[in-house]
Amino acid sequence: MPQHIVIIGNGISGITCARNVRKQSNDDITVISSETEHFYSRTALMYIYMGHMKYEHTKPYEDWFWQKNRIQLVKDYVTSINVNGKNVLLQNGASINYDKLVIATGSVSNKPNFTGINLIGVQSLYGMPDIELMNENTRGIEKGVIVGGGLIGIEMAEMLLSRNIHVTFLVRENFYWDNILPKEEATLVSNHIKEHHVDLRTATELKEIKGARKVKSIITNEGEEIACEFVGITVGVSPNISIIKNTEIEADKGVLVNEFFETNIPDIYAIGDCVQHRNPPPGRKAIEQIWYTGRIQGETLAATLCSKKTAYNPGPFFNSAKFFDIEYQTYGKVNPQQGENETSFYWEHKNGRICFRAVYRKDNEAIIGFNALGTRLRHAVCDKWLQEKRKIDDVMSNLDQLNFDPEFCDHYEKEILSAYNKQTMKNIKGKKRRKLSLFNW
Amino acid sequence: MVPPTTTNPSLSLTEEGNEQTLYQKIGGICIAIAVLSLVAAISGVGGAYSFLLLTIIIGMFTLGVVSYALPYYKGPAGIRNNGIMFKTMTNRGTIAWIFAIVLTGFYIIIYWFPWMFEGLIRIFDPLSRLLTNQPANQWFMYGAFYTLAVLTMGIRFIGKNRNSRYHVIRTFSVMFFQLGFAFLLPMFLKKLNEPEFYFSYFWPLKFSYLFPSDVSSLINSGSLGVFMVFWGAVMTFIATPILTYKYGKRWYCSWVCGCGGLAETAGDPYRHLSDKSLKAWKIERWMVHSVLVLITVITILLWLNSYYKGGILGSVSGPFAQWYGFFIGGVFSGVIGVGFYPIMGSRVWCRFGCPMAAILGIFQRFKSRFRITTNGGQCISCGNCSTFCEMGIDVRSYAQKGQNIVRASCVGCGICASVCPRGVLKLENGKEEGRINDKPITIGNNHITVNL
Repeated sequence: MPQHIVIIGNGISGITCARNVRKQSNDDITVISSETEHFYSRTALMYIYMGHMKYEHTKPYEDWFWQKNRIQLVKDYVTSINVNGKNVLLQNGASINYDKLVIATGSVSNKPNFTGINLIGVQSLYGMPDIELMNENTRGIEKGVIVGGGLIGIEMAEMLLSRNIHVTFLVRENFYWDNILPKEEATLVSNHIKEHHVDLRTATELKEIKGARKVKSIITNEGEEIACEFVGITVGVSPNISIIKNTEIEADKGVLVNEFFETNIPDIYAIGDCVQHRNPPPGRKAIEQIWYTGRIQGETLAATLCSKKTAYNPGPFFNSAKFFDIEYQTYGKVNPQQGENETSFYWEHKNGRICFRAVYRKDNEAIIGFNALGTRLRHAVCDKWLQEKRKIDDVMSNLDQLNFDPEFCDHYEKEILSAYNKQTMKNIKGKKRRKLSLFNW
Repeated sequence: MVPPTTTNPSLSLTEEGNEQTLYQKIGGICIAIAVLSLVAAISGVGGAYSFLLLTIIIGMFTLGVVSYALPYYKGPAGIRNNGIMFKTMTNRGTIAWIFAIVLTGFYIIIYWFPWMFEGLIRIFDPLSRLLTNQPANQWFMYGAFYTLAVLTMGIRFIGKNRNSRYHVIRTFSVMFFQLGFAFLLPMFLKKLNEPEFYFSYFWPLKFSYLFPSDVSSLINSGSLGVFMVFWGAVMTFIATPILTYKYGKRWYCSWVCGCGGLAETAGDPYRHLSDKSLKAWKIERWMVHSVLVLITVITILLWLNSYYKGGILGSVSGPFAQWYGFFIGGVFSGVIGVGFYPIMGSRVWCRFGCPMAAILGIFQRFKSRFRITTNGGQCISCGNCSTFCEMGIDVRSYAQKGQNIVRASCVGCGICASVCPRGVLKLENGKEEGRINDKPITIGNNHITVNL
């Protein structure tokens, strides 16, 4: 007898879960979303605004995919969850019964309580409606201010620049994103932001937004008034738990789950951005709002739903971003300030746009993390070496295996290795490898 | 023909206040002058001022395109696809349709009504005399425009992609092969009274090079002709498999070929218009392999016929070959292949019609070292790779599963790897083992262990 699995939310977590359930079972699957009819990639929103893509390009699956795989899509808003009757109520009045319910509602943008936060032209960026609003709000304008130095903030800056809008970027920290990036990386990115003629104001906070109906200017904590026609508020996101507010489902900042993504109510699960782990895996945060995390959680829960009860067990952490023209990848654990038993090797190219960091333990010299900006690392190799706890010397002598840069790129392995030797007073040699060349087979 | 995709109006954005920059204004003026001079030449005033008109047309066209391209050379190097989906020229808007009709009309006239271009052809006489010692014909004019388009739009492409050395080298390569091997050298051979031979085209793309008629006339033309036959046969039967094994289809399709050269340069603004649907892929496989079978059968028939001195097939094979040349060589590769750039994208011919691409694709799919490696679990499914794939490959569908991309149609242009905002894709020639990796799960999730 197939069970009915109802998933609230058609983001990466919910859809990954639905797809993986379908792969493993014959259950009935329903996905409910009020945002868009079909799954699209939220990470691509900026490219829609910039005109690189249209909405239809951001859909990872063609529209026939859902029917073919018997995943029923419902475009509606869930108004309440009836835990005892095991059904959810939709805005259009209909109710849907479930055997298993998955809450994958994602997050909402934080909206701090500034004077003027509700003026026209002040907004954050999370979903499709925000992109349409931003398109309206920025039509024909010349100046914008962005508040909050995270990943959405820098994306918004790039978006505005694509339409020739001047950007003032207020960042509370001393360097861009230095609550996540070590100081050297944060400096490198900050310099690159300025290279794009963004007026980057570090150690600056928003105090007030001024205007009558529309935004006219903002006041910084230093009392400076900056004229602008648009204010982007990008001060992080919080789990979207509005629909469970009046239920018995337990929540703190997010929906509380155990390692099997079970909430306190039987047959109700939660995954993705909206989740807060009661016992997060070692070294991971209780709330981790990352695309990849959502995907992995969707995969894991699908196994449990298909009666292979499986605990959340993500491999070594990884993440990536792009700061204007500079790609960023991180693997394992790289803290902004190194921990007690940690040390790291950092190399930066003299052009100030490429760098590499390897963090390792002081006692046994095992590798614990990588950062790369402007150069690409091979995920499979990073993942393997982190799990094997490779020694830093071993890592440094096999740097060529780590590299994922395109063909004909300049290579920096030798330069990095000699910098490492110089810094550590060692004499490590790079492993010689036979390369596939023009003449050998 | 594939109809233009309709968008959900509430989700399509339009860009307002897209002011023209100074460079665009200058470029527009230059191109307008070039077009007016073209019209003047077509109307017949060319004869008396051929050198002047030719200089104006080539000079203004070059200046115009370079002027448009200049902004790409300014500021930090990086991906600049801003506004492509908003502009009427690149988003199947009115201007794109007008451009497509003009381009298609140009091809129709050149193929079937060349006398209408008599005035335009005449202004190429000085250049043609210089290169070939003969007056120009429509094909000389066509070759000159084609080369001009590859060179000027190549400058644009290099500027746009100057952050990637792969693209810079590759574009110089197609510019070199078009100018040298597909224009100057054949014209020079003509001047020396040798056969007009294109060393960068091989059977089955240049199908007649292995037809009995061409082979015998080449051999009869002298020792250089014998070498040409030898060159053609070696390239088709020996070099093609070896090079494709080592480097994939790209050694030809995006480094050497003239059709590919035009698609990569002049066609670049339209690369995102290729159809990515599964349906299009199915149509592509049927069409391109049918063309390959067709030209192979025709070639074999011609040789059988020639061997039996027309005894078996009589007069059937000759018209059959002509028919192929007309529909596939003319209508498909020219009129549809290039004329429809602004509507169907830049690689329609390469994808659906080119028999050379079909052969290279079969090698690439089954016996090659080439693949596009996906970087573990780093894909964010954004869709830039699929959108900008000129061959209509849904690159993302592989990347988001952590699978390498091994597809017959991939021409190895490398744009997917460039537009990926997470550096997930890498073109590589590696070991054959593990090239096709049908992974059940992407890296980053340890809950599933796989017994391999």
